Amino acid sequence: MAKTCSTLRLLTASAALLLAPFSQQALAWEPTKPVEFVVPAGTGGGADQMARFIQGVVAKNNLMKQPIVVVNKSGGAGAEGFLDVKGDKGNPHKIVITLSNLFTTPLATGVPFNWRDMTPVSMLALDQFVLWVNEESPHKTAKAYLDAIKAQPDKTFKMGGTGSKQEDQIITVMLEKAAGKKLTYVPFKGGGDVAVQLVGKHIDSTVNNPIEAESHWRAGKLRPLCVMDKAKMPYTAKLTATMSWQDIPTCASAGLPVDYLMLRGIFMPPGVSQDQVAYYIDLFKKIRALPEWKEFMEKGAFNQTALSGQEFVDWLGKNEQMHRVLMKEAGFIAQ
Amino acid sequence: MEELGNLINGFSVALTGPNLVFMLVGITLGVLIGVLPGLGGANGVAILLPLTFSMNPTSAIIMLSCIYWGALFGGAITSILFNIPGEPWSVATTFDGYPMAQQGRAAQALTAAFTSSFVGALFAVMLITFLAPLLAKFALKFGPAEFFAVQLLTFCSFVGMSKEPPAKTIAAMMLGFALAAVGMDTVTGQLRMTYGFPELLKGFDFLIAVIGLFGIGEILLTMEEGLAFKGKTAKINPKVVLQTWRELPRYWRTFLRSTAIGCWMGITPGGATPASFMGYGMARRMSRDPQSFGKGEIEGVVAPETAAHAAGTSALLPMLTLGIPGSPTAAVLLGGLLIWGLQPGPMLFIEQKEFVWGLIASMYLGNIVGLIVVLTTVPWWAAILRIPFSVIAPVIIVICAIGAYTVHSAIFDVVMMLVFGVVGYLFKKLRYPLAPMVLALVLGDMAEASFRQAMLLSQGSLSIFWSNGLVGGIVTLALTLLAWPLWTGLKSWLRAREAHYRLGGVR
Repeated sequence: MAKTCSTLRLLTASAALLLAPFSQQALAWEPTKPVEFVVPAGTGGGADQMARFIQGVVAKNNLMKQPIVVVNKSGGAGAEGFLDVKGDKGNPHKIVITLSNLFTTPLATGVPFNWRDMTPVSMLALDQFVLWVNEESPHKTAKAYLDAIKAQPDKTFKMGGTGSKQEDQIITVMLEKAAGKKLTYVPFKGGGDVAVQLVGKHIDSTVNNPIEAESHWRAGKLRPLCVMDKAKMPYTAKLTATMSWQDIPTCASAGLPVDYLMLRGIFMPPGVSQDQVAYYIDLFKKIRALPEWKEFMEKGAFNQTALSGQEFVDWLGKNEQMHRVLMKEAGFIAQ
Repeated sequence: MEELGNLINGFSVALTGPNLVFMLVGITLGVLIGVLPGLGGANGVAILLPLTFSMNPTSAIIMLSCIYWGALFGGAITSILFNIPGEPWSVATTFDGYPMAQQGRAAQALTAAFTSSFVGALFAVMLITFLAPLLAKFALKFGPAEFFAVQLLTFCSFVGMSKEPPAKTIAAMMLGFALAAVGMDTVTGQLRMTYGFPELLKGFDFLIAVIGLFGIGEILLTMEEGLAFKGKTAKINPKVVLQTWRELPRYWRTFLRSTAIGCWMGITPGGATPASFMGYGMARRMSRDPQSFGKGEIEGVVAPETAAHAAGTSALLPMLTLGIPGSPTAAVLLGGLLIWGLQPGPMLFIEQKEFVWGLIASMYLGNIVGLIVVLTTVPWWAAILRIPFSVIAPVIIVICAIGAYTVHSAIFDVVMMLVFGVVGYLFKKLRYPLAPMVLALVLGDMAEASFRQAMLLSQGSLSIFWSNGLVGGIVTLALTLLAWPLWTGLKSWLRAREAHYRLGGVR
């Protein structure tokens, strides 16, 4: 253990040496006091886990002279956190991690806020969604499950998810569209609760993120049917006797045209300077290069797309439009 | 007996010099965190979590869980001394703990509280040691309908307890429900009663309300009554601990009942706060002398503290076996597990034996260390009451303000705390009971969410609450408890009427 630590330290030290002349040139600005890391969600969820993980690795690898302080502002489905960042104009010592509520919360609640009110920094990764059923469920494939939904009257099948009018329910609506039948959507507080409700067979299926259900899958309690991405996940390590993340087919290939990814990205308050944004872009580039980050990505089976600058802004614009269309069709937009 | 072997291994992991030091540090920090209202176990663990990233996972969780035990112990201190619950689960401890302090029996109350906490935790850890897989399976039986049944049971075991007129109790409870409804509605995804104020988005936090209602309200009352603590004459003598211990075995029934309630609430996971209320409610109901409750009855300290600590300890079980946290602090610890590279869930017990059993062994050791630490400090805590009110009151207000601020790092919360303080003062002056309002505030949105989830599942049919033995049994028990005071009330009314007629006949 001690040996790996010192090797690691040596590696980071040499990396820092290599980067030193370059970074001194590029980085005119550096934080001069602790950086507040706002999480617009509760403790223990996916965004919170990622933020606390980043806080930990930054401290462990000495990537920043000042500490990061994680603050949860989950009120109003994250609106509290976003409004806080929006209102803190020009403060370079504040960053916020986002999830899909960046788009869904203002649309569903009418809270006066839009992602353009903040400064986009970078996309860290995209979180996958997997369709899960209980291991004892008779439906072995996504197609079989879809056919079962089609064959039964409306609202026979119960889908559990996190929150209301947020990503899980949007995916449920996409599924309903594909099946031509309604499902009963039951909102719960967090992804962990949802997975346990499925293990206990109180609901028929979920669209949990991989990390929320992985352990139950390995324990032989849940079965993944398909992943809602254009391609299969790249992780090949076997998690059960026969399957790895890569063995899960895409939903589209199973006849279920549902494709949805959730943003894990970083924003800053409005009115910060180019130098300040550049500092954080660089910081997150360094974090993404760490072996710990790669491990974290594999554990959660993330889609490792990372963007910054104009590309990121374009992606945000497109994704916002997609949410607006989907939510309008579902009748989720606040009047 | 595989468990025993595992446990002995666990002790050999936990019982190393550095780990014992981490335990001691953790407990001491935890007690301090517990004493400061608002800076709860969850916040404390979250703040200290980054310090542990470079430690090995076993030492890290030993220290962090000891902070949690410390906070569980420490929460009782300010509830008893100043009527300010340091933690949400110590609200019920104030009902009898504070009157005891006012009668100069602060040291007894503290000893009783600490000892009960220890007993509750010990039973819960033993349960985890030997029945973990079984209990995890039981927890899976809990869907929305079952959760609502448990919450209903908590309410019902508590109603009809207040000495105030029922109308006032209901009014206070309704106000609590109304406050709990502010903010995000999880079932529809709509904002309720926020009227466009961003400050109201997060709703009314239970902790801020409690700090204001109890802490600030009490100080306002004391100021009116002449700037003095009534507990000033407290005798401070280390022997008090032994004397109280001699008294405690008499309450073995309360210990057992509260432990059962606590373990049940921790595993399902209802949490330590409802457990403490239910423990108190049941103790009073079962007591031969319910009238003495609320006036400094030692049993009224034993019951909630045992239940809270049993629940707090057993709340770690669903976290370890299912990956669902039974309390906010457990939620933060869960995040920690992931950062140390451990995936909580059903595989943890199989893949990380050393870690799991090291943690369980540290629960035994941590609680013993904790009990020794807090008991040796009883005389000092009790001595705080000798400080003149004019010195201590401003300190308390400052600590309350810091506590209210730390909950969400918002100045608005400090203002809310003061408003709640005035409400608390008015409630006491007008003889409205505070407890029903607090209970409604803490359980209101949970109960509402579970009820509506159950209704979605059953498509609007109430029969879901009798759909299986478990949920049907709990609901029936709850309704029986609710009807009980009505029944006894009716009986005494009938008897009085009969007596009246008989008297009338004589005349």
